[in-house]
Amino acid sequence: MPGSGSRSGVSYDARGLVEPHADMPDNIEVDGGRARFDAADLTIRQINMALRKLIYNDGVTDVTVLNPSSKHSLAVGILKRCRIHFEGSPGWFACGLIDGPEVTINGRVGWSVAENMMSGVVTIERSAGSLTGAAIRGGDLIVKGDVGARTGIDQKGGTIIVTGNVGINTGFMMQRGRQIICGNAGMNLGDSMYDGAIYVAGTVRSLGVDCVPGEWTDADTELIERKFRIHGLGDPPEFQKFVCGKQLHNYDALEPSERKLVIH
Amino acid sequence: MCGIAGVIHRDGTADVGAELTAMLQSMKHRGPDSTGYAVYGPADDLVVIRFVLAEPNKSTGFGMEERLERNRAEVESRLAKIGAEVATVTSDTGYAFRATIRYGGDLKALADYLEDVPGCEVLSLGSSLEIIKDLGDAETVSGQYNLGSFQGTHGIGHVRMATESEVDLASAHPYWAYPFADVAVVHNGQLTNYHQWRRRLEQHGHRFQSECDSEIIAVYLAEYMARGLSLETAMKHSLDDLDGVFTYVCVTGNELGIAKDEMAAKPLVLFESDPLVAVATEEVAIRAVVKREVETRDPYEREVLVWQV
Repeated sequence: MPGSGSRSGVSYDARGLVEPHADMPDNIEVDGGRARFDAADLTIRQINMALRKLIYNDGVTDVTVLNPSSKHSLAVGILKRCRIHFEGSPGWFACGLIDGPEVTINGRVGWSVAENMMSGVVTIERSAGSLTGAAIRGGDLIVKGDVGARTGIDQKGGTIIVTGNVGINTGFMMQRGRQIICGNAGMNLGDSMYDGAIYVAGTVRSLGVDCVPGEWTDADTELIERKFRIHGLGDPPEFQKFVCGKQLHNYDALEPSERKLVIH
Repeated sequence: MCGIAGVIHRDGTADVGAELTAMLQSMKHRGPDSTGYAVYGPADDLVVIRFVLAEPNKSTGFGMEERLERNRAEVESRLAKIGAEVATVTSDTGYAFRATIRYGGDLKALADYLEDVPGCEVLSLGSSLEIIKDLGDAETVSGQYNLGSFQGTHGIGHVRMATESEVDLASAHPYWAYPFADVAVVHNGQLTNYHQWRRRLEQHGHRFQSECDSEIIAVYLAEYMARGLSLETAMKHSLDDLDGVFTYVCVTGNELGIAKDEMAAKPLVLFESDPLVAVATEEVAIRAVVKREVETRDPYEREVLVWQV
């Protein structure tokens, strides 16, 4: 039947075509609640099948994936508290739509890491591509290096920490949440943002439309010190704060339930 | 959505054909319609011409074999008439040809004269550049043209997902910078002032093989380099003149350069070491040639970088 695995072990991709290498990998080492396997010769389907089986079926709570070799879409949609370690670099769309896992990536990642993350922690030991943390709703995303363009575009919650530099259109249309940038920011920082805050320690090439310097409060200091302490990032540098100027969009101070329907 | 790739070896020749094939095949999901290569072998005193006499999907049928043979003979005849001494003419497919000639005259006149033969399209001209492109994925095209054994210093490649023009050779990348020898380009993106620049460049005597916006970049760079600008300077000018979202990779006889538009909207990943520079739309293509964990980065907006052999 297209769309699911069959008893023979054959599975099908989204188009209903046979996935040729979809057998469960036979190189998984399980030790109690821990497991590890080498992904170098596995397909994307096999890696994700193994992760889901270990975490959902076998009660494993700590999985190490060796040699992800820049393969795309790894560890997507894991909705359970667990630990996943990548020894090497995943490709694009890693850890998207996760809700709960604590992921460490001992490598670099491609575009769109942790897109739409609901909760959990994703820590990347090296650099990341563009669209890092796009539309995240919660959790902490830490990149210990530089990232590309449009970091946290459409961010709706959570915290993104980048220890290096960020590119153009960082925080574009962000709606809530925090971004802590320890390096420099490219053009159009916070363009068209609705809400939230962006902290930058380095230089800002230019602010985007309706992004303005914000007033520093004790809550900002507390937030940054707490995040740096939790994630072992050392002493925080000095930051500037940027927020929405509230001039671009038509803001309404009322909660949705308080709004009244007006009939003309 | 397309995929682009490039490699340059700064310490001599390598298996550039096999490397680009591995890179492009790893990005087949970005474009299965056609695959193209611009590769550079060791330069010598011969001019290399890559040309086609028919589109692959129109190369068979009643009388086509005779027509191709007749037109091939006409090409050879014209080469002789224009003063070129033909060393070799070979074909891997029946419709795509590789000729080597001794010729010291004007390359534009040569290209124009050959393209006057019905169905003839010159894909590339130069002392070391060879553009090979055909329908299908990288392994298919590489197998057809024996690219697995191609030795060279650098090259670029492209996998195409046809979105705005036909699935044919004319719309497949790379594009040669007619009539400038040994210059080629691959591009991922859309140029929104294509018609404006096409009219301008046509007024300067350039001709276009396709309706594809990407061809503008190759001809634009050729125009500026013909005025004496370096590749890097011409590429920097292009960031101001070309409008849209784009990342492109350009190669000359001894250089490989990359450029990203001011929005950095299109992906490119860069790996740089002393002997090797590899660029590609996705990391997975870099890993296809560098089989270990390496440091890569996304070039930022308006970044232009050029490496020499």
